[in-house]
Amino acid sequence: MIEAHRLSKRYGPTLAVDDLSFVVRPGMVTGFLGPNGAGKSTTMRLILGLDAPTAGSVTVNGKLYRDLRAPLAEVGALLEARAIHTGRSAYLHLRALAESNGIPRMRVDEVIRLVGLEGVARRRVGTFSLGMGQRLGVAAALLGDPKTLVLDEPSNGLDPEGIRWIRHLLRSLAAEGKTVFVSSHLMSEMSLMADHLIVVGRGRLIADTTVREFVRQASGDAVLVRTPDVLLLREALQNHDATVSEEDDDAVTIRGMSSRAIGELASERGIVLHELTPVRASLEEAFMSLTRDAVEYQTAERDEPAEEVAV
Amino acid sequence: MNAAATTQAATPTTGGARIGVTQARVIRSEWTKLWSLRSTRWALLLSVVSMAGLGILISAVQMAHWNQMSPGDRATFSAIDVSLGGWHIAELAIGVLGVLVITGEYSTGQIRSTFAAVPHRLPVLWAKTIVYAGVTMTLMLAASLVAFFVSQPILRQHHVQTSFSAPHVARCVVGAALFMTAAGVLGLALGALVRNTAGGIATFAGVMFVLPGITAILPNSWGDSISPYLPLNAGTSIIALHADPHTLTAWPGYLLFCGYTLGALALSALLLTRRDA
Repeated sequence: MIEAHRLSKRYGPTLAVDDLSFVVRPGMVTGFLGPNGAGKSTTMRLILGLDAPTAGSVTVNGKLYRDLRAPLAEVGALLEARAIHTGRSAYLHLRALAESNGIPRMRVDEVIRLVGLEGVARRRVGTFSLGMGQRLGVAAALLGDPKTLVLDEPSNGLDPEGIRWIRHLLRSLAAEGKTVFVSSHLMSEMSLMADHLIVVGRGRLIADTTVREFVRQASGDAVLVRTPDVLLLREALQNHDATVSEEDDDAVTIRGMSSRAIGELASERGIVLHELTPVRASLEEAFMSLTRDAVEYQTAERDEPAEEVAV
Repeated sequence: MNAAATTQAATPTTGGARIGVTQARVIRSEWTKLWSLRSTRWALLLSVVSMAGLGILISAVQMAHWNQMSPGDRATFSAIDVSLGGWHIAELAIGVLGVLVITGEYSTGQIRSTFAAVPHRLPVLWAKTIVYAGVTMTLMLAASLVAFFVSQPILRQHHVQTSFSAPHVARCVVGAALFMTAAGVLGLALGALVRNTAGGIATFAGVMFVLPGITAILPNSWGDSISPYLPLNAGTSIIALHADPHTLTAWPGYLLFCGYTLGALALSALLLTRRDA
């Protein structure tokens, strides 16, 4: 369980995390989604006590991270950009970490096997591919068999087989009752991996919801209707709380009504329908529409003075 | 692979003692980290070879040229300065490695893994200091003894040798190792302050080698009054058989150097707990 309470972090003039509150619950995979620069990595560093919050607090299993007696057995972390000395072998990197927390040496061999690095464990980390580095990071995160996992972009640099592997691994860890918190900017990946989503933009919370609900909210349950009588249909819809947008000469997208209600309405009015298709936005589209404001505001910021002059 | 079964297979509490961070465990971890890097092994090898070998080599060269040396040079010949002269090179290797012990973690991002495992951070600084000081003291003491005891028979050719039991000689031989141990810790502390390899090495070199150069171009009376208190001059007073008029005596000089080192270490400890990693 991770609980962030009104968490803020300022670096000089930049407010990287802005009054962020959320709870990451055990037994499921919680995706941490946001465009680049949204404050995901900063939030994860705050969880791990690597950076101190400017305001607010974040606890893991009810404690501040630095008050954990055996941090590696409580929280396993995979940090963005390999946080590993390149001159050391994978095995000795893991052994040194294990020793600091008093984790038995046999566990090092276990996690190496678990992530499939047996063949290269004695090689220097500097010679590793990005994917191997990610596997080593996952091995380090699992070292203390922690109750909570915090993973920053774990599928980064993995090949499709590796991505399937990490997805399966995280799902099974969640099924064991662990708290799994995974950041990503790959929305499609999140839809396959996560149960719950925490979406941020410009350091602020945009959504805290299930994956299904997130997509539903963002797409607004649109229905694509193809008919030769577009004008008649528009007329028929006037008394209903629905928005209609034209796709082409004989097709419209209707939001705010179910396909069933539209079909029944068309039948009552004798309107011929050629197609009646519920359109579910992909997670990607949902994400784009929800974070658009955050992203646009960010890029527009520099132009603001010029715009003011123009207006 | 069934990941669920595999992760459950090992509950890491099976090792007897309960898991958790202790100072002793962090020391064990830092010991593993120190020896698992090629750069460490090379730097330590270089420092041992130069500390043990340079004095012996110079002793042999000096004896071979003894007959060509001026009476003045012969009169000021110091068996201690020559046989223990290896510290001039060894201290640089030791100081630079001291910087790298900590900045290597910052430059690679390893420091985040380290502090995530030991969130109180200070045990890491203490462990690095203890391990590195222990290793340098052991290696440099051995190298210093080798340099001394191998050089003396060579110097006997022209009867300019000294003996370990002569006044102050043992203090100089052990003092070379003591000086380099403190210099290594100074490098480590500066590395922890600057958190950057190039900056750390530059700071160490500046403090140790550039300051004496600046006092040399000051008016003599200023230079003479400042010079004894500079880190290098104060620290190496423990390797000099006799203090000259413009140096501190052995132990006060060395303790002053230790004071600088501990000051830098204390400051780095303070900042380590306050700064973001």
